Amino acid sequence: MPEYVRSLLALAAVALCVAALPAQAALKVLATTPDWAALVTELGGDKVNVYTATSAFQDVHRVDAKPSLVARARTADLVVATGADLEIGWMPVLLQDSGNTKIQPGSPGYFEAAPLVHLLEVPSAVDRSMGDIHPLGNPHVTLDPRNIAIIAKALAARLVLIDSANAAYYATRGEDFQKRWQQATVGWEAKAAPLRSVGVVVIHRDQAYLCNWLGLKELASIEPKPGVPPSVGYLAELVAKLAATPPKMILRNAYNDPRAAEWLSERIHAPVVLLPYSVGGTPEAKDLFGLFDDTINRLLAALK
Amino acid sequence: MAKLTPIAEAIVFVSLLLPNAGQAATDDVAALRAELEALKTDYTSRVQVLEARIKQLESAVATAQLAQPGAPPAAPAAAPPALPQPSPVAAPGKSSNATAFNPAISMILTGNYASLSQDPASYRVAGFIPPPSGEGPGNRSFNLDESELTVASNVDPYFFGNVTAAIQGNNSIDIEEAYFKTIALNHGLTIKGGRFFSGTGYLNEIHSHNWDFADQPLVYQVFLGGQLAQDGAQIRWVAPTDYFVELGAEAGSGRSFPGTQRNSNSLASDALFAHLGGDVGDSTSWRVGVSWLDARSTDRAYDDVDQFGTPVTNAFTGTSRTWIADGTLKWAPHGDPTYHQFKLQGEYLHRTESGQLAFDVTGRNLAGDYSSSQSGWYVQAVYEFLQRWRAGLRYDSMQSGTPSIGLVQLGFLPRAAFASLASASPERTTIMVDWSLSEFSRLRAQYAWDDARATERDRQLLLQYIFAMGAHGAHKF
Repeated sequence: MPEYVRSLLALAAVALCVAALPAQAALKVLATTPDWAALVTELGGDKVNVYTATSAFQDVHRVDAKPSLVARARTADLVVATGADLEIGWMPVLLQDSGNTKIQPGSPGYFEAAPLVHLLEVPSAVDRSMGDIHPLGNPHVTLDPRNIAIIAKALAARLVLIDSANAAYYATRGEDFQKRWQQATVGWEAKAAPLRSVGVVVIHRDQAYLCNWLGLKELASIEPKPGVPPSVGYLAELVAKLAATPPKMILRNAYNDPRAAEWLSERIHAPVVLLPYSVGGTPEAKDLFGLFDDTINRLLAALK
Repeated sequence: MAKLTPIAEAIVFVSLLLPNAGQAATDDVAALRAELEALKTDYTSRVQVLEARIKQLESAVATAQLAQPGAPPAAPAAAPPALPQPSPVAAPGKSSNATAFNPAISMILTGNYASLSQDPASYRVAGFIPPPSGEGPGNRSFNLDESELTVASNVDPYFFGNVTAAIQGNNSIDIEEAYFKTIALNHGLTIKGGRFFSGTGYLNEIHSHNWDFADQPLVYQVFLGGQLAQDGAQIRWVAPTDYFVELGAEAGSGRSFPGTQRNSNSLASDALFAHLGGDVGDSTSWRVGVSWLDARSTDRAYDDVDQFGTPVTNAFTGTSRTWIADGTLKWAPHGDPTYHQFKLQGEYLHRTESGQLAFDVTGRNLAGDYSSSQSGWYVQAVYEFLQRWRAGLRYDSMQSGTPSIGLVQLGFLPRAAFASLASASPERTTIMVDWSLSEFSRLRAQYAWDDARATERDRQLLLQYIFAMGAHGAHKF
């Protein structure tokens, strides 16, 4: 079929032209969350060009492999993902449809954060009757600054590996970030001392690392099982159960529906605390430092 | 040239085949070796430089951590339990396991209850040559629909493999898709081969359990037999642009309607498609596309009745060319579909067929020229009005036009002898509500006012279930 052959030749010609183009100056990074985008910016400065696949108002698990993301995956030099199956619905589609070998799992251009840190809540057995549980453990690892330090170190090394021309630049920035981060972490831990052993109610299991870090006690979760919205009956049970051990506050993320939390708040007389969860979740959470500053400020304000 | 023994001939033949064999090639070998050696040295030195840099960076970071004034090396006495700081290596202690490379397996269960006001055996979209299958709402009462088994995995560093087999309620098995796909071509190129759903249109590539309605639009049923599966090869290229730009081409055997299996070595189903997509703000994403399909068929038979009401079998031989324009738009607050999402989608298909139409091939067997220019479209909207609850509305419309039939024009037969091809404008309106208890289960109620028949309206109630087991499905756009 002549039309067919002609179109194939045209495709091949275009592909060759594209292959011959010189490499872009800035390293193109596709980050799955605003937190990873913020971290890449901290480490890469103006040597990186970061595109964020989701915002703080999106549940990262529920994203579609939409056309704009395939386009960004096509040109990316580096993908920074959470891993631990958080992006399982869409990342494999992006990777396959992109036709970009640089970012395939196992290549230097594919970076997963969660496998680098100690994952909490790794189930000993999994079954879909347990809700949206993650076989590899709880993937919401960002809200512990000690995890960020570990991930930042590996990510800086990865930037050096991919873009060796700017190795010294990344090394300096990585060093500087670690210095500032250590300092900030000490400050946060000191400031958050009054939060230790404070009882809280969460919505989803995505505050596990924050609670673990600050010593907050998770008394209950509004979702009866991960990803399963509460029924009225379950909420009533929760009210009864929490009467014995009243929590000080109910934690809600920017992307959560406030209704169930507010309903519970009225009945158990504990305030709902809106937390940014991700960079951009509140106006104050402008970067990773702001994210932790604001999270702790909001928790402390609710304690008073 | 001296006469050679068969063995010598074989040696000469083999040496010709092997690029490095033969005396003339020894120089090339030496040159190649030298080149390889140079490459090796070059890479070794580069790797050494990189290693040195990484070491430098790591030690710098470690020094920074140690030298940090006021940073206590361990958590303060009253601090919460510190997390163990693992090395960035996978957990040790896993012994070798023969099942470690098992592919991802998933099984979809579907079934329905149908209440139809008209006999489904008489279902026909008026005005069009019917496809061999894929038309109509299915049988009445309870029906086991397809149980779809998918096995998928990377084959090696170069290929991905996928098999989707639909075990039908009538105990037959359809191989819906069985393809390999390249994963190492780079430059945005992907080649697929085997049997696969064609990339033409929007809905064609989507498996039935991901449809927003229990059945396909009328125009897909009539023009593509429900869904076009190619036995052939496909190449796709994604442009390196911020907007999504994708071009694709396919060549197939034409085995699937509107083509037919032909006793020919040539290709009989060629397709071209182009997609463009992007976002508007953080709440809206869209994709539009155009596709062209060229299929050839030989003796594509269909059942009809003549002007006396006698059943006859007619057959079309010729070319079928279809243009498709498609558009899809999704909106969700901040792009998060957890609580609300709106999806608008529409496609327009135009088909021209030209060739020979044979009348009553088992009896009178007359043949003459045939040409038609026909079109159809649908538009549908689905809204998630409450978490897990969605409602949808779809409208279908088809325009058959009046095909030109040589046997009629030459006066051999009256137009009434081709009952199925009488000019018609079938339409259908469908509403649906579905409830997804989780990402893996869905219950749906659908009601349609179906005016596809030339005669009477069919009122169709479908209650459907869809359950997904096993590997997590893909969230395709």
